Amino acid sequence: MRPLTDEETKAMFEKLSKYIGENIKLLVDRPDGTYCFRLHHDRVYYMSEKILKLATNFSRDKLISVGTCFGKFTKTQKFRLHITALDFLAPYAKGFGVAAKTTQECRRVDPLSIVVFHQADVGEFIRNEDTLT
Amino acid sequence: MLGIMAACSVEELLAKAEQEEAEKLKTISVQKELDLDFDVGNLLACDKNRIESRDFKEQKKEDFLRALARDNTQLLINEIWKLPTERVEEAIVAKLPEPATRLPREKPPPKPKPPTKWEQFAKLKGIQKKKKTNMVWDETAKEWRRRWGYKRANDDTKDWLIEVPQTSDPNEDQFAKRVHAKKERVAKNEFNRLKNIARAQKIKTPGVGLLPRTKQSKDELSRAVSVAKTSTASAGRFQDRLPKEKPPKNAGKRRKFEPLIGDFSSEKQKQLELLKVMDSKRPKLDITKAVNKQMREEDREEAASKRKGRKGGAAGRPKGKGGKGKGGRAGGGKAGGGGKRRGKPGKR
Repeated sequence: MRPLTDEETKAMFEKLSKYIGENIKLLVDRPDGTYCFRLHHDRVYYMSEKILKLATNFSRDKLISVGTCFGKFTKTQKFRLHITALDFLAPYAKGFGVAAKTTQECRRVDPLSIVVFHQADVGEFIRNEDTLT
Repeated sequence: MLGIMAACSVEELLAKAEQEEAEKLKTISVQKELDLDFDVGNLLACDKNRIESRDFKEQKKEDFLRALARDNTQLLINEIWKLPTERVEEAIVAKLPEPATRLPREKPPPKPKPPTKWEQFAKLKGIQKKKKTNMVWDETAKEWRRRWGYKRANDDTKDWLIEVPQTSDPNEDQFAKRVHAKKERVAKNEFNRLKNIARAQKIKTPGVGLLPRTKQSKDELSRAVSVAKTSTASAGRFQDRLPKEKPPKNAGKRRKFEPLIGDFSSEKQKQLELLKVMDSKRPKLDITKAVNKQMREEDREEAASKRKGRKGGAAGRPKGKGGKGKGGRAGGGKAGGGGKRRGKPGKR
């Protein structure tokens, strides 16, 4: 485990700013505790300093994960954000994301199929937890 | 009267036809003092007849040459017609004989190759090449197998049972050992073959290691430069640098990182400063967003002006459609939160 270098921090912040814009400083500088980013086996983990201090007791090969994994650095040093970071990004998100098939695909589809465009927010899954199977 | 007239004209026609025939034959046959030398295999005809300079100067030169060429070509084609013919897909093809004239070499003859190490040694010792049979009897498989190559006879790497010799380590993998030895022999053979080639073509080879490849990447070149720089008596400390060359930042073998539990506040400060720098560098105006917004405005204006024009004509439908469309779009915009109607995830 080690802290991130300047280039790695920059790459990660660039990626995060695409999703949460300027609110990264709220992740860096938190009122409720000192949290930090650490790199372990090419993966970036976000954890409080307490957890970090506990994690120092493990050897590198025995340590699997610390805190929450935000993402990893690929072989060519590009930062790939993971879904496990969602909990931390969601409160500061810049906008809703929508995934849909392209209009061309919708046109090309057979006449009996139904095209649905559904926009949801973060809480929909929780709100509809009972009705979803 | 008519009959006699017709007969006269028929006679004339016949006479004319005969004359034409004779002319044609005349043109086919060409008279020459000396016969031409033909090499029909190469479609070659050599004309040894003397050219009278008087003839050449009298007529127009072009015509004379053309006539000469036509005559000679006619003779050559006469020769071709003499050959046996066959039909190939509705065309008559003549079978050409073997070419008689020997053509000169296109490229220079190959230079003799210098003898390989083995050839030198064999010559020195007087060892003759013994002709070996292609197939060898394989006792275990009870069949004839090739001496070397795929499925060869007596292949010791393919043994399923190997006795561990007394002298060797009991934990050693004998099968792997044989495979490894085979690989070593193959590699050694290849290496010697390449050395022979290098010696033959007088290519310089380094004593140890591989030759550099022709196309080297930026990393490889920079590494080579740094290695060369450092290989001085004082480990490159007093080497001059090129005018725009930057000093090497991490020339040492190990990268140095911040300590794992350093000063948290200073770490925080550094990250916040980095964020500030990133913010200042980023353009405040998103070009795509601005352009899209502009386009939307223009579309809206156009639609509004169109609707006003059509107000006199077809009444409710287009207006209703336009209104619904507008309302739907506005509603979608509100739900999108932050005007992300194009459906892109938060992009700055």
